[in-house]
Formats: sequence, C-alpha cells, structure tokens
Amino acid sequence: MAQPAVSTKPVKASPVNPEDRIENSLRPVRKGDWSYEHARHLLWRAGFGGDESQVRWLAEIGAEKAVDALLNVERVPSEAVKAEQFDASIMSPPNEEERQMARRAQQMQDEDTLARIRLERQRREREDRLQMNEVQKWWLRRLIETPRPLEEKMTLFWHGLLATSFRTIENSYHMFVQNQLFRKHALGSYAELLTGLIRDPAMLAYLDNNDSRRNKPNENLAREIMELFSLGIGNYTEEDIKQGARALTGYTFEDDEFRFQKNNHDTGTKTILGQTGTWTGDDFVRIILDQQACAKFITRKLYSYFVADVPPDERGGDKDLEPAQRTVLRNLADAFRGGRYEVKPLLRRLFLSEHFYEPRFRNDQIKSPAMLVVGSVRSLRTPVRDLSILNDAMDLMGQKLFYPPSVKGWDGGRSWINTSTYFVRQNVLAFLIAGKKPQGYDATADSQPYDALALLGPYPKDSGVGRREPEAVAEALLRLTLGWAPQTPKTTLVEYAASQEGVIDNRTVTGMLLLITTMPEYQLC
Amino acid sequence: MSQPNPYTRREFLRGGLIMASAAATLPAFLNASALAMHRAFGGLSSVPGVPDERILVVVQLSGGNDGLNTVVPYGYQEYYRARPGIGIPEKDVLKLAGAEGVGLHPQLRPLMEMYDEGLVGVVQGVGYPNPNRSHFKSMDIWQTADTSATGDGWLGKYFDSECVGFGKGESGTAEAPAGGPAGIAIGRSAPLAMQGRKVMPVSFESVDLFRWAGQDIHESLREPYDALNRREAGEGQAARANSNAAFLMRTSLDAQVSSDMIRKAVANRPTTQFPQTDLGRQLAMVASMIRAGLRTRVYYVNHGGFDTHAGQGGANGRHGQLLNQLAASLKAFYTELKAQGNDTRVMTMSFSEFGRRVGQNQSGGTDHGTAAPMFLVGPMIRRGVIGDHPSMRDLDSGDLKYTIDFRSVYAGILDSWLRAPSKDVLEGDYRPLPVLAQKA
Repeated sequence: MAQPAVSTKPVKASPVNPEDRIENSLRPVRKGDWSYEHARHLLWRAGFGGDESQVRWLAEIGAEKAVDALLNVERVPSEAVKAEQFDASIMSPPNEEERQMARRAQQMQDEDTLARIRLERQRREREDRLQMNEVQKWWLRRLIETPRPLEEKMTLFWHGLLATSFRTIENSYHMFVQNQLFRKHALGSYAELLTGLIRDPAMLAYLDNNDSRRNKPNENLAREIMELFSLGIGNYTEEDIKQGARALTGYTFEDDEFRFQKNNHDTGTKTILGQTGTWTGDDFVRIILDQQACAKFITRKLYSYFVADVPPDERGGDKDLEPAQRTVLRNLADAFRGGRYEVKPLLRRLFLSEHFYEPRFRNDQIKSPAMLVVGSVRSLRTPVRDLSILNDAMDLMGQKLFYPPSVKGWDGGRSWINTSTYFVRQNVLAFLIAGKKPQGYDATADSQPYDALALLGPYPKDSGVGRREPEAVAEALLRLTLGWAPQTPKTTLVEYAASQEGVIDNRTVTGMLLLITTMPEYQLC
Repeated sequence: MSQPNPYTRREFLRGGLIMASAAATLPAFLNASALAMHRAFGGLSSVPGVPDERILVVVQLSGGNDGLNTVVPYGYQEYYRARPGIGIPEKDVLKLAGAEGVGLHPQLRPLMEMYDEGLVGVVQGVGYPNPNRSHFKSMDIWQTADTSATGDGWLGKYFDSECVGFGKGESGTAEAPAGGPAGIAIGRSAPLAMQGRKVMPVSFESVDLFRWAGQDIHESLREPYDALNRREAGEGQAARANSNAAFLMRTSLDAQVSSDMIRKAVANRPTTQFPQTDLGRQLAMVASMIRAGLRTRVYYVNHGGFDTHAGQGGANGRHGQLLNQLAASLKAFYTELKAQGNDTRVMTMSFSEFGRRVGQNQSGGTDHGTAAPMFLVGPMIRRGVIGDHPSMRDLDSGDLKYTIDFRSVYAGILDSWLRAPSKDVLEGDYRPLPVLAQKA
C-alpha cells in the first residue's frame, strides 16, 4: 500500500484508520505539479473564484498552504453574525392576553375585533415577507464579500442538502436562525449538525414534527432525514420510518426555542435499523450515524458539490461509478465515518489529492446560480449593484436562497441549465457588468461605474496586455474568465476589438466581457 | 448517446431564422390556419407518412391531488365515514351522467360543463403496483413510466423515437423540427418526463426574459454575440460528447433558435379571457403558440399546491380553489382553441404523482396516498367515465387499490393519438387504454 504523504494529525479512535486506506487515487498532488491552473481550479471549487492576483498568490504558496488558506477559516477574521440583526418578534405567537381577546371575540361574535385581529395577522405576514427579502439580501452580500468563501460555500451546501423553505414555514427569523446553524457547522461535524437539526425550529416546522403526537406520530421528519438527509432510499425500511417517527415525538419548539415535550414523547421500545431500545430523537440520529450508508451518502453529496456530478446513491451500491471514483468515494466515506463525520479533514484530503485536479474535471462543472453571481462579482470585480435584482435573477435561474423548491433541495448540475435560465444567466451578467437592468424594472441603467480595465492591472507594462494589443487582451480575458482561451471565440473577440477601431479602452474591455460572459464556457468552472 | 448531426442542426437553425423573418414581414400569417402557415415557411407542411399536427398538452398537478375529493364517490357511506370534516356533501357533488355514485367536486363546474358537451373523459383509479409515497420518487415514476423511477422521461423517449414526425436527421437520429421544438414546458425547467437523449425540450417562465438584453447596449455586440452563441462545435471539454461543456453548447444554440420563434408567437395574445391565475397564464401562452403554428407536439404546464396535509377544506377551501383554477383554465383554453379552429388537434391530459389517503388526518387534511383519477380533455376524447372507481371497502392499509395502470393511459395516448408505437416508447406492453371516441 502506498505511503500517504499527507500529514494530518492522528485521528481519534475509529473503526477504520483513514491513513491505512489511502490508495493511489487519493495520492496528494505532487509539489512540482502545482500550477496556476491548479490554483485557479481550487479557488473556484473550494470558493467562489477570484481575480488574477488571488490565483497567482495561491499558485505561489504551494498546494498545502493554498488548501489550508481556504480551509482554516477560523484564522481569517470575519464579521460576526448577530442574532439581533433581524427582528425575532414579527411572527411570535400571540401572548395569553391576545389569545383571550381572540377567544372572547369568537364567543361574542364580535366581528370588528375579529377583523382587526385578522388584519393584524396579515400585516405581520407582510412585514415578515419583507424581512425575508432583507435576510436574502444580507446572505447574498455576505456570500459576495466574505473573506471565508469556503465557510459560506459549505453553508450553502447544507442549506441545499437539509432543505427548508420559507414558503412553507413563513417565519423569516427561523430561516435566519437555521442559516446560523449551517454556518456554525459549515466545516465542522455533520454528526453535530444533524443533532442540531432535530432541534431547529425551521426544520421542525417544515417537516411537521411540531404536529407530531405520541399517539399519532407524524412520519415526515423521520422519512426525510433517512431518505434525503442521511441514508438515501434503499438503506432503511418503511418500518424504520414509523419507529423513527415515534422516537422523534415530543421534539418541538415554542416561539424561537427548541422544546422537548416529555408528555408528548413516546417512551416505548422501538427497533430502528436493527437496534432496539426506548429510543429518543437523539438515539435515532446516533443509529443513523452508525450506518456506513450514511457516510457514503454524505460523501457522494460532497463529491458532487466539489468535484463532479455523480448520480444519487441508491440501494447503497456504487457499481455505476467508474473504478477510480469508486475507490475515491469508498476511501473518503471510510475516513469520514472513522473521523466522526468531521468535514474539514475530508475536504482537506480531497483538495490535496491528484484526483481532484484531474484535467477531465477542470472547467466542466456547471456553476450554480449562486456560483455564477457571486463568482462573477468576485472575479470580475464588478459593482454589487442592486441586491434585490440579483435575488430576483437567482430565483429565475432556479436558486432562490431560503426557498429551495422542495425538501430535496436543488438538483444541481445540468438541471440548472435550460434555454430559459440560459438567457437569465446572460442577462444578469449584462446587469453586473454594464448596469443594464433586466426587463421588468425601470428602464434607467444602474450608473455605478465599472472599471473593467483594472482587470488588466496585474500584467507587466512591456507585455502584450500591457501594450493593449487586442489579441493579448482577448487571450488574457478569456483565461481569467474561462481558465483557458478557445481559438474561435478569441478570433471573434479580436474582430470585435477591430470594430471598435482596435482601441482597448474601458468601453472595449467591457464589451469583450459582456460577450465572453454570454458564452457556454462561462457557465462552467 | 449520439451527438446531433451538425449539418442538420444548421438546417434547423436556418429554418428558425426563415420563420422569424417571414413572420416579421407577413403579419397576416399570424391569423392564418396552421396548415397554411407551414406552407408559408418553405414547404414545411406535413411530411408524407407522418401524422397530422396532433398536440398533447400535459397538466401536472403537483403535490399529490386528492382524488377522492376530485371525483367524489358520494354513493359510498365509507367515504363519508372516513372524511367527517372534509367530505363533499352529496347535494353539492356534480353528478356525472352515466356513472353510478360518483361525481365531480362542485368547484369543477366549468369542467362539468365541458363533460356535458362530451369533451371530457374521466379515467378512474389510476396508479401502479407497490405505490411509492415520496413526492419525488412517485413523480419520477410517473414521468419515466418506470416503477424504478430511472431512465429517460416517457415524452423524451417519444421525441427520440423515430415516430416523432419531424423526419430523421442525416445521421439517422431524430432531429428537432424546423418550426418549433418538439416539446415546450412552461416553467423554470423542463420536467423529467420530457428529457430524452436526442431532442431537447425548451422551457421558459416568461418570454420577456427569453433573449439576451446585452444586445440593447450597443449594436456592435450583436454580431459577435451570435458568433459566440451559435457555434456548432466546441473546443476543449466541449469536444467530449458527454461533457457538460458540450451540453451547454447545444443548449446555447437551441436557446437562440427557440427565442426567435417563441417570442414572436406569444406576443400575439389569445382573444379569449383566461383566468388571472398562474395556470391560466400558462395555458394562454400555450394557446398562443398553438395558434402561431409552432410544430411543437407536446406542451407541459404545471399546477402546484396540492400537498394538502392540513386545512384542505371541503366543498370550499384551498383544495376546491385549486380545482376551480384547473377547471376554469381548461374551459378558457378550449374556448380559445375552438375559436382558432385548433380544438380538434389538441388533447389535454392531467395527472398527479399520487392521490391521498382515504381517511382525513387530525389537521383537516389528507396524507400521501395512492390511486387517483386522471382527466382527458378534447373533442376527440372517449367521453364519460372510464374504468371503475376503486373499491372503498377493499383497501390496502387505508389506501385505495388502483384499477388502471397509468402506463395503459400513456400507451393509449401514444398509440391512438400520437400514433407512436407505445411498446417501443414505453419499453413494455401496457394494454393501451382506448382513449379516443369511436369516430376518431
């Protein structure tokens, strides 16, 4: 067996020592191989991309330092999220006095009071929808501006995997609180996250566990945890769901706080995935985490998110995968479970592996709408412009933050792309670069200037780019945006520059970027 | 998996451009009949040996429509026992002529009127063996016509089959037609049902967003934009047929062609008043595209919100509203199609991923269940109630047992309406349900 060259701290006692399981497929990328292309790939996949100077810096410091710079987010100062940033009280349940008043009005058939109560409720719902917009804007800005891109990228990963939608729960503060849960465990332990999830008001409401009764358990939360959040279809039975739902009874919330309602909890004996006992919801989670299928399931999701689309793992099999990927995924899953579901060591191993940088994976991942918007601002250094318009565009591109389409989250990959989203993708870039508002907004353009020429700053004065030679500029812009410079488009861009009298000024470079960002290749990273 | 032939793709592209420019100079064409219009586009009228321009419209009821409160078994006491709060009182049920003890939800009155005109077929108790209660899984089963929920979509397979009616490309693969994509879905993304291998469906939410706005910034951008977005072969990753890059190249080209045609079509609004609902808006767009004579075979629209776990209501309430939106939109749709002279070309089918449990739950709603009715609409339809209502006594742990396999309905539509061999498309023999009236 090949000796691992990755140095990691000794792992805690575990069923499988990950160090013993590394095979060639996860061999660390060789020092001499580390290049500008590697650095660019890492910055886009483990983050949201960046500009020329950032890529060059990562290329210079070498693989280990580059990976750690992205992974060790706690070493990077970042703006703390404050609980009081948003109003927790908008959707608070009525207090005793208000309830009494409503009851009295009901009894007396006091239509005026009842109408007032109804109006007040509608007003609060309206206010809460507005606050939801603000929370959306806040997160999108954070995604764009964060000095810890991987932390936000993992927060988005958990939001997509452990999906909850505001549309159903209609409580913006609970969505905000859940977002903090995902950020807290972004690169931490999935085991702790799952334990936190069954205490999370947004999730408990979304999957109806607050309606689950000892004598009439609601199966929704137990089902979705097993089907979509941890094991995948084929790795549990309908009976496991029924028993799991009993274990989860009594897990509910009051206002913004988790509550365990003892008198609503089924204290009887349950058998879940072969283990028998008087299990609680926490036992239910523990039993799930004991399953190898769980580690395999989450590892596959992470692999699809960071490396390449792999089909969902059904029946726990992996025969559909090619041998190299199969080995990689098996080894990662073993290490993940052995390492108590700590995400950071798993990602470190992946980001340092040769496998991660294989040429076939580079520039062939379809950017999610979040990747497209956030990555464009970060790498092209455009103004942020109007966050509401960006959020609307995210919606039309199929990724409205805090509103995943279902408990299954976003499918990702090719499902982002159809002829309709394709135009929205092009148009949101026209907005970012040129301030051209999409159809349906007022016709005035956003007037914040965009300094496109600044992108050419890092090139020496005596280079072709420095001398503003159209071909060199076209090549540099293509490399910045696509990672490489395909020949036919380069010719088109040079012809475009010629149509502008060959003058490479801010206007021409802006035009070139408008064109490049419409290309099929720009949808990839 | 074969790549579309570049030569035929180019032809496709030209066809699209010819159509767009012809439309720009010949406004009268927009009111012409579909057949005449096809002639206007350089001899694209019906291909010999290929069926006439028959169209299927699929209305997906998402979330699991409560079949028992759609086609109500008012003649069965078990129904009222199981649904003390949300059962539809017999006096409110719209009794279906020719069917014993079953009738429509009162909010389906517009559909009832169509039923009385002989435009509606009600297929009862549709489902499949070992029903799955996951929304996603069951929806995938319906969309792939496969109980393992894997593989291509059933309409995608139909598009791919050589019987699409658009002729074959040079390489022998089915090719997207000049004159419109084979399938159009209104919505953010094309459903799995329409995903095949060779012919790509088109989908859009709103036509205003169906073009590149950047070209309005400066006209010098237009030509290079076209050059970049109408490329037929890519370099790098795009040279691998199954890469995401190649997939994006194809989508980019399709987007350009479809944009030209569809924006033209939808700009011309129907003369009929459609309900101001999401479904009404979608069907109005479909009606416009049919009038414009796109050679699209299948349109797909979505009507969501049927996951009524709580407070679904009875004769009135949330579920009733959804049904009313469905019925009113379908009524407007066929009124418009008739005015256009296109009603006999268009069959509509509604389905949902599953029905709901027989008994109501604690929250005045219903949980995920099994078999449910489907509606078939159009003048060609075998009118009346098709099949037996599932037994209200012989239940499978509180769920209805299906009486008709949904693939029999698909097979009937494929064989008799779309004239494609259902055995090949569905990869199995599912006893096609007779769905057409005798004369057709």
